[in-house]
Amino acid sequence: MAIKIEHLTHTYNPNTPFEKTALEDINIEIKDGEFVSIIGHTGSGKSTLIQMFNGLLKPTMGQVYIKGQDIHGENVDRKAVRQQVGLVFQYPEYQLFEMTVWEDVAFGPKNLGLNEEEIRERVAYALQAVGLGEEYYQKSPFELSGGQKRRVAIAGVLAMKPSILILDEPTAGLDPKGRDDLFNKLKEMHKGLGLTIVLISHSMEDVARYAQRMIVLYKGKVKYQGTPKEVFAHGDELEKIGLARPQIAYILETLKEKGMDIATDILTVEEAALQIKAYLLKRRDNNA
Amino acid sequence: MLRDITIGQYYPVDSPIHRMDPRAKILITFAYIIGLFFINHFIGYGFVVLCLYGTIQMSKVPIRYMLKGLRSILFILLFTVALNIFFTQGGRVLWSWGFLTITEQGLIIAAQMACRLILLIIGSSLLTLTTSPIQLTDGIENLLNPFRRIGVPAHEIAMMMSISLRFIPILLEETDKIMKAQMARGADFESGNIIRRAKAMIPIMVPLFISAFRRAEELAMAMEARCYRGGVGRTRLHSLHYEKVDYCAFVLASLFFIGCIIL
Repeated sequence: MAIKIEHLTHTYNPNTPFEKTALEDINIEIKDGEFVSIIGHTGSGKSTLIQMFNGLLKPTMGQVYIKGQDIHGENVDRKAVRQQVGLVFQYPEYQLFEMTVWEDVAFGPKNLGLNEEEIRERVAYALQAVGLGEEYYQKSPFELSGGQKRRVAIAGVLAMKPSILILDEPTAGLDPKGRDDLFNKLKEMHKGLGLTIVLISHSMEDVARYAQRMIVLYKGKVKYQGTPKEVFAHGDELEKIGLARPQIAYILETLKEKGMDIATDILTVEEAALQIKAYLLKRRDNNA
Repeated sequence: MLRDITIGQYYPVDSPIHRMDPRAKILITFAYIIGLFFINHFIGYGFVVLCLYGTIQMSKVPIRYMLKGLRSILFILLFTVALNIFFTQGGRVLWSWGFLTITEQGLIIAAQMACRLILLIIGSSLLTLTTSPIQLTDGIENLLNPFRRIGVPAHEIAMMMSISLRFIPILLEETDKIMKAQMARGADFESGNIIRRAKAMIPIMVPLFISAFRRAEELAMAMEARCYRGGVGRTRLHSLHYEKVDYCAFVLASLFFIGCIIL
């Protein structure tokens, strides 16, 4: 079990007029090597929840276990936990500070106290993983484009070699190609290295395409959990809490209303194309 | 992490003090501070404490919020007290060692200074805790208006103040975010000697400065996009009016001021 959360409740600014309960009685399990997506309306507690995963926030109540270890127990090396659980914040490019791309990515491994050679190897690995070649090594991160900055920042977390990677809307503000590149890289690492990935996203298309399991948060509580198919079956309820199904699901629904005999629990464009094609072939055969 | 700073923090509840006109509150705070300096014996301070306590009760702001503001001046307070104890001449000598002497007079003056500073800080934090930054700057602008003739840029001063006040929580939040992001990369801000800790601040300071400049630029652009052109001829959404509560406050404040002078 990569991450296990038991009865977690978190309150910001307790005992002040600014008191706000962000999470309430959360119970979650994320298995090793899973690709899980967390969705929810703005303010539903997603960002608070992921800060629990690596101990940046201490819950007001409840336990957080990483690989079976209670991270707020006694004698726990918080740094080791943060090495295991890599966290990429929203707009991570705002955390860049070094003179060169290379130095910035090396910040994490240096903090882990690794030797020169190991650091060099990890930085090269991380930059290669996000698709930045040697010509970028000595550039200043501040002269890069937004998408490239984002990739440098993600490389900075990958260089820690985490076994669990958490990303908070990593593709916000990226162009379509940048988004596809990033997701393909993530998928590759998920498959190749067995990385556990937790992804926060507002794009139902991306979630439907990449996630094996989904967690839906609503007002600080877990509303639904399950595979994308199971969760998106609650279409109307999702809409009520400010979410939606992937767009293609709505298209198929309309086609069905117009009399096409097709399944509507389809979540990706590719599946939909197959369905429609099968339907058209069947109709042609019937007509013939 | 950085949420304990209360200077300039507004405490949102509804009370007669909160409802007062910001101009009245600023003027009364001024009178209060001046009154404080008229007093030079302990009965007077007792009177001030009583009045202040009553006002705090009326404002519905918990007293511990006022006391929190004191923490930030603790060093200045101790420094002033020590200076006054050791370097005041006159009166009976109680203790002496080398060039350091403690006299009776010194102890009394040090205690009075401490009272004065503490009451000063609590009184002025009462102003900022019960007045939102926007009201506060509105009030200041309005009070400075008569001085515009002699070249005081009232509107500009008020605008700069409201912008900087507005930026305090934003920059705090930003610092918190950057700190967390660097901690997620294994940064350690808590251990090591002073030089190591100072060096550990670089990964926070650089992104923070960059984002402060970026925000300033974006704000300037957003203001221009909405046709901001300074204070000339600008009307306001909330114009200020003195109400009954303000007149009552003025009367009470006058009584307080007279009390300060008599005592």
